[in-house]
Amino acid sequence: MTVAELSAVDMAQANGRYAVELHNTHIYYGSFRAVKDVSLQIERQRITAFIGPSGCGKSTVLRAINRMNDLIPGSRLEGRILFHGKNIYDPDVDPVEVRRRIGMVFQKPNPFPKSIYDNIMFGPRINGWRGTKAQADELVERALRGAAIWDEVKDKLHQPGTALSGGQQQRLCIARALAVQPEVILMDEPCSALDPISTLKIEELMLELRRNYTIIIVTHNMQQASRVSDYTAFFLMDADRAGQLVEYGPTEQIFTSPNDKRTEDYISGRFG
Amino acid sequence: MSTTLNPGERPTGYLPEGADINRNIAARRLRGKIWQALFFSSLVIGLLALGTLLYTIIDDSFGYIAVQTKIDPEELSDRPLAELSKEELIEILRANISAGLFRRFDRDEPFSERSKESVLQLIEERVIGREVVASFKLTESLLERERIEATVRERFPRARLEFHSWLNRDFLTRPMSSVPILAGVGNAILGSLWVIAITMILAVPIGILGGVYLEEYASDTWYYRLIETNINNLAGVPSIIYGILGLAVFVRALEPLTSGAAFGVTDSNGRTILSAGLTMALLVLPLMIINAREAIRAVPQSIRQASYGLGATKWQTVWHHVLPNALPGILTGTILSMSRAMGETAPLIVVGASTFVVFFPDSVFDKFTVIPIQIYNWTSQPGSQFRNIAAAAIIVLLVTLLLLNATAILLRNRFKRSY
Ligand SMILES: Nc1ncnc2c1ncn2[C@@H]1O[C@H](COP(=O)(O)OP(=O)(O)OP(=O)(O)O)[C@@H](O)[C@H]1O
Ligand SMILES: [Mg+2]
Repeated sequence: MTVAELSAVDMAQANGRYAVELHNTHIYYGSFRAVKDVSLQIERQRITAFIGPSGCGKSTVLRAINRMNDLIPGSRLEGRILFHGKNIYDPDVDPVEVRRRIGMVFQKPNPFPKSIYDNIMFGPRINGWRGTKAQADELVERALRGAAIWDEVKDKLHQPGTALSGGQQQRLCIARALAVQPEVILMDEPCSALDPISTLKIEELMLELRRNYTIIIVTHNMQQASRVSDYTAFFLMDADRAGQLVEYGPTEQIFTSPNDKRTEDYISGRFG
Repeated sequence: MSTTLNPGERPTGYLPEGADINRNIAARRLRGKIWQALFFSSLVIGLLALGTLLYTIIDDSFGYIAVQTKIDPEELSDRPLAELSKEELIEILRANISAGLFRRFDRDEPFSERSKESVLQLIEERVIGREVVASFKLTESLLERERIEATVRERFPRARLEFHSWLNRDFLTRPMSSVPILAGVGNAILGSLWVIAITMILAVPIGILGGVYLEEYASDTWYYRLIETNINNLAGVPSIIYGILGLAVFVRALEPLTSGAAFGVTDSNGRTILSAGLTMALLVLPLMIINAREAIRAVPQSIRQASYGLGATKWQTVWHHVLPNALPGILTGTILSMSRAMGETAPLIVVGASTFVVFFPDSVFDKFTVIPIQIYNWTSQPGSQFRNIAAAAIIVLLVTLLLLNATAILLRNRFKRSY
């Protein structure tokens, strides 16, 4: 059974509480173990933040969730990552399909050097979308509205997406991800290249998107994590530099009364 | 370490202060000026070299020629020959050449079937017999007119002096001839175009596709690394080696194919346009692959990630993003390879370009000549007029290359994208 078939059944029942589950996941780059034994369950339609010092494997875990790590030669994963109860690393699962359902927004805004319109339509088109011009227009508008950028670009849909400001580009990238109707959106430090105002806009947008999507965000900004996320996962490197999950729980609890001393040190800035 | 350093203390060593600062800056600026002068003089030397080259070529391509005719055209008819009818021209021809020669022309091709132009040409060759007895360079023609006139009057009393551009419409369209003033590069241009066409038809797609495979699909294993090293080295192999390879493989081993014998062509050997094109394709293929890879590698990784992240397959990513974004670079490289193939001489001599082809090629199984071969041939002929037409042919080649490069720049700018 493919993920597609499974999820159809699953959606019909609408009973899964978790969008993504990691079970005893180890991730390697060649012989180097970058992530060691991570198990965590990401709740549906919530925002989960990954925090932790640089190099502790947050991005690695995030990329493992939509199999973007496959693109890095030598990368390897042990353990299971379940999506709708199906291990996405099973041999019968096509990473292409995983990536359609689990979208990604990158640290540096990376719109295609094409028009805004084509940026949005690229995803649907390559995934076999068929429809009239009017339907395409609607799809584009929906995606851009969904990413709270419609009003700013509605008059220049056919101008290059690369001509927008950094913050607008990032929202365009979010809109582009929305256009293929994913269930989960992974964001790797989406605001680190943006000014405070753009950052605020993206944060508001995430809270908006949370109604329909599951969001996982990597951030170095503690305020951001506490402002937007429902759950927080704290990662740390162990002695042989492999990243580990130290603590995972509701954001409020992690930020106010963490169980682990290391979490408390990190959050209060005494560490990392 | 940190225990021995005292915060408020100045570090030892000397940083210029006061008047020394100005002296130091002046010295630095002077050093910069010296380098700048050096850069500038290199530029001047380059420009001088280029100027000299152009000067010698142009000097040889235009200038006075002393023309002598057996008979003055005005004695043949009171009207300009070009205005006469074909019948009148035939009469003039009959009256001025021997009966035997006239019959022979008629046997070769009956006059009734000949065009007016061909009769006119016979009259020009056989009756008027225009002959260039001396040619002069452009500089002398412009500066020393009197001396030239005196020389010509003394040595060729019957000759007329006229200003001649060796580069002219006839030169571009006429085929090779043993008489310099009648010779042209028409069939050499056509030959070059044929050879380039075959080269590009083969080398461009294979080069691009090979480049895409190596860059996007091939894994980092020892055999692909071996292939890569080989391709990089092949690009540096002297072109004559490719000529020898082409001779052995295309001209000899594959003769039935390259001569067209397998396709029903009978009067040919392996030294054809096809062999030349195949050899040239081999020669530019490594360049094409290397260039395509460079262009593909220059496409930012973030674009690929964005595409994969939306659920694109590898092929979709390559087709929609990698290739379009690499296109300007690939085009530039293609045209540079084309210029290279256009100017190559050595391998084609080995493959067997004919230096004396008077007909125009009309299939890939024809014998051929190309512009550089024609230039090479003419520069090695005795007689100053061959120098003149060689110079004119060099201008043709240079202008063609210039046009190709200009196209490359235009195309690159047209397709250029910003990330
Ligand atoms: N492509 C790669 N090849 C080899 N090793 C890698 C690669 N990407 C990451 N690593 C290693 O894996 C470890 C985790 O890296 P990762 O990028 O996941 O950290 P991170 O937590 O996202 O850090 P940051 O907060 O700085 O982005 C690091 O030690 C890093 O050197
Ligand atoms: Mg990271």
